[in-house]
Amino acid sequence: MSWVTQTLASSLGRKVIMSLTGLFLCTFLIVHVAGNLQLFKGDEGRAFNEYSYFMTHNPVIMTVSYLLYTSIIVHALMALILTRHNQASRPVKYAYTKPEANSPWSSRNMGILGTILLIFIVLHMRTFWYEMHFGSVPMAEYDGKEYKDLYKTVVAAFSQWWYVAIYVLSMAALGFHLVHGFKSGFQTMGLRHKKYTPLLEFLGVYVFAILIPALFAAMPVYMFLKHVGIIG
Amino acid sequence: MKVNLKVWRQRNGNAQGKLVDYQLDNVSPDMSFLEMIDVLNGELTMKGEEMIAFDHDCREGICGMCSMYINGRAHGPQTGATTCQLHMRSFSDGDTIVVEPWRARAFPVIKDLMVDRSAFDRVVQAGGYVSVNTGSARDANETLIPRPIADEAMDAAQCIGCGACVAACKNASAMLFVAAKVSHLAVLPQGQAEASLRAEKMVAQMDAEGFGACSFTGACSVECPKSISLDHIARLNREYLGSKVTSQAI
Repeated sequence: MSWVTQTLASSLGRKVIMSLTGLFLCTFLIVHVAGNLQLFKGDEGRAFNEYSYFMTHNPVIMTVSYLLYTSIIVHALMALILTRHNQASRPVKYAYTKPEANSPWSSRNMGILGTILLIFIVLHMRTFWYEMHFGSVPMAEYDGKEYKDLYKTVVAAFSQWWYVAIYVLSMAALGFHLVHGFKSGFQTMGLRHKKYTPLLEFLGVYVFAILIPALFAAMPVYMFLKHVGIIG
Repeated sequence: MKVNLKVWRQRNGNAQGKLVDYQLDNVSPDMSFLEMIDVLNGELTMKGEEMIAFDHDCREGICGMCSMYINGRAHGPQTGATTCQLHMRSFSDGDTIVVEPWRARAFPVIKDLMVDRSAFDRVVQAGGYVSVNTGSARDANETLIPRPIADEAMDAAQCIGCGACVAACKNASAMLFVAAKVSHLAVLPQGQAEASLRAEKMVAQMDAEGFGACSFTGACSVECPKSISLDHIARLNREYLGSKVTSQAI
């Protein structure tokens, strides 16, 4: 084995892969939430559809999107490898444990939270990504140019209460996943410092675990309330 | 006071073990947990039964031998303490107390509550040392070290290799132990000469022994009798990755 594969196959190396892919996915969340805030614009989805067109046609964005898909797959597969390895490290379990006395719940359940998120991602991509790329999305015309009206697909999806509920619960899982994942990702890379760790912990909790999931969850809730006529 | 015990009994490494119930009626709250086990062993001997095998040595919190997983926690409900520093006053009259050995693939059970922790020795042998010339001891103040650095090294060097970090970790990871051993040498000038490959060698041995990976749950640091900080794990990651990327070793 070369030193690169040897490093990446070590327990620390595997965690570095988790950290790099995880933190990259965190940066994606910022772009995704910022772009989708255009759903709140009361313009019947014009800004959102133009943005969707840009995101599916810009060559830089398209390149990064393949890096994104790869990151999701690598993050999930490596998590599976690590979980199996970690479980094998304790073949005989304790009869009685009290883990809540020494560690936060989210830090011990990253695998369960991640599995919920993976199922969510598959569902989410089936509803929007697949429809946008391969399905039949109605068309809209702005200034004489044809656009796929993904906004209508969004409206239809979020008019179902159970679909909205799945989104809200998944975003809660995202919050718990990131409250541990964001700051730990930096520690895996060796970054733990009196000056910077408090800042990273603040960002991890208030931005990545609370603000971003709350904004994401607000989208289906807003669309649903609009659908049932509670907000105009 | 009266306590109900459920103690892991296992004849040897290959035998099937099980939790066995014992009842002790006259336990003094001032007894240490190990003294309570001594009393139980005395009763077992009187009845002609086999005593419970458990590791212990100094009984003053510095040897790290007393590996017991008590009521779901390494060394019991106290933090920053070994089993010998745990007293029966930490429990209530009539409590049921579950006592198990450390559970990890790298720490096979020898008998009852005794586990083989030689995996730690092999990790240290892989690089957790400083090469020095033999001969008379050098003067203590020959190399000047700033106080904060000496303190940092000492915080890590407090590790007594008890294995509570492994026992408490959901992944049975030895990262806090290895980090402490790497850290206390890495911050000192005497240790820096061999620092570049030390982390690489020790992590390789740690993986070979079958310990799990670090999830940064922080359980190790909470259960560590010396309360060794997670800062050292971050330093180990830094040392390891830095060495992997920059060292000449391929």
